[in-house]
Amino acid sequence: MSNFLTTSIGRKFLMSITGLFLMMFIIVHLGINMLLIFDDSGDLFNQGAHFMATNPAIKIMEPVLALGFLVHIIWSLVVTIQNMKARPIGYKQLNNSKSSTWASRNMFILGSLIFVFLVMHIIQFFWKIKITGDPLLAHVMVGGEEMENTYALVAGLFKESLIYSLIYVVGGVLLGLHLAHGFWSAFQTIGFANTIWLKRLQFVGTIFAIIIAIGFSVIPLYFQIKF
Amino acid sequence: MEKTINLTLKVWRQNGPKEKGRFETYQVSNISTDSSFLEMMDILNEQLVNENKEPIAFDHDCREGICGMCSLYINGRPHGPDQEITTCQLHMRKFKDGETITIEPWRAAAFPVIKDLIVDRTAFDKIISAGGYVSVNTGGVPDANAIPIARPAAEEAMDAAACIGCGACVAACKNSSAMLFVSAKVSQLALLPQGKIEAKRRAKAMISTMDELGFGGCTNTGACEVECPKSISISHISRLNREYLKARFSE
Ligand code: HEM
Ligand code: SF4
Ligand code: FES
Repeated sequence: MSNFLTTSIGRKFLMSITGLFLMMFIIVHLGINMLLIFDDSGDLFNQGAHFMATNPAIKIMEPVLALGFLVHIIWSLVVTIQNMKARPIGYKQLNNSKSSTWASRNMFILGSLIFVFLVMHIIQFFWKIKITGDPLLAHVMVGGEEMENTYALVAGLFKESLIYSLIYVVGGVLLGLHLAHGFWSAFQTIGFANTIWLKRLQFVGTIFAIIIAIGFSVIPLYFQIKF
Repeated sequence: MEKTINLTLKVWRQNGPKEKGRFETYQVSNISTDSSFLEMMDILNEQLVNENKEPIAFDHDCREGICGMCSLYINGRPHGPDQEITTCQLHMRKFKDGETITIEPWRAAAFPVIKDLIVDRTAFDKIISAGGYVSVNTGGVPDANAIPIARPAAEEAMDAAACIGCGACVAACKNSSAMLFVSAKVSQLALLPQGKIEAKRRAKAMISTMDELGFGGCTNTGACEVECPKSISISHISRLNREYLKARFSE
């Protein structure tokens, strides 16, 4: 068992498990974020955010999520470097668009761009909410309970800045592209596929990727257009 | 009706494993579109011999798509611009008059160039000898139908067994991964009762040999399946993953 995680399949297994875990997180994340555009008073989103911030189960999941990201990112580097070493001399002429999708060939580039986005995203929201605080976060009363006005912080950014709104749209699209390949790939890697399921997973993966890309893009666009 | 074409060829030349290689440009004319790609290479070599130049070394044997010996990375694709064929089955009618064709060897750390377009594919043999077999005692021929095998399993095992070990999957893969080849060799046995006995040992030994030989890992781009002359499905890769993970987790 000792060297399992350094074998080719072991490395991929770790990518897959962390990838599947991150996808579960991203579904919950999108679900909560959707509250932003269904209640302009912000109460619904504030309640959602408050629940996520105070729920003990979520508190336990937070470090696990951080670990998931870390392992996924570090192992993506290991996998990519190992795979590059397997072809020291490249081809002069490549015609690979016929045989594979662009996203499948550029998972590391897509992932790296998502990483850049992630750092910016954490500084803008997570950091302010958890560590430094922000005047916009001044407590409000929702349904008789006092809580941070997370809505003001998030909606404020999207209403004011066209640039940041567009960056968030790009972020959503990048994640969608990453998952267009990543979704079915994760199942293929853990051995959950055969000729029939491969097609089903690829189909579901495409739908899933589109929902993620459109879901996250629609939020900043909503604030830009409506306000 | 026979048609002839003229072509410019950019061919990788390399004198030996340790030598530095380079591309050389050649012209061939009046090539019949009915001829095969390797026949065109023969004509070029004939021309080179007549000019007192060294002919181009390339692999070939059966010239009918069954031995897996021919290779060649043609215009950016293994076995050239056609589906489900080997290079020896590639027709010159797939090319246009005046076209420039770039011909390269398979590129992988595990497949070092021996000379010109010939690469050393003994890495595949090493993977097979690590576990791509079933151990049986010698003796009389076993009864044909003594062990019942379900038809879907038999069909899938036969599909996997169609692999001719050409290495196009490795050449096509951006990671130079041998997973399609190994998955075909593991599947053809894992699907049958005779192969189940050594299934765990086989999956582990073949994967660890594959890793040691310097092949990359699979990122499921699917390029191998498209370029494979025998259309080996990547669903075999999922089975290989399953077989390997089962073997490791039951340690
Ligand atoms: C933050 C930076 C990220 C980086 C650098 C990154 C990088 C990578 C790389 C290199 C791969 C393997 C390439 C391949 O299998 O073709 C991969 C696979 C994957 N990633 Fe990411 N990724 C990141 C974020 C994410 C996020 C946020 C998610 C999910 C919401 C995710 C989900 C997946 C999935 C499901 C796979 C497929 C696993 C498999 O093929 O077995 N990744 N990622
Ligand atoms: S899997 Fe296909 S491409 Fe790979 S060695 Fe076998 S026949 Fe050739
Ligand atoms: S020479 Fe035998 S397969 Fe091409």
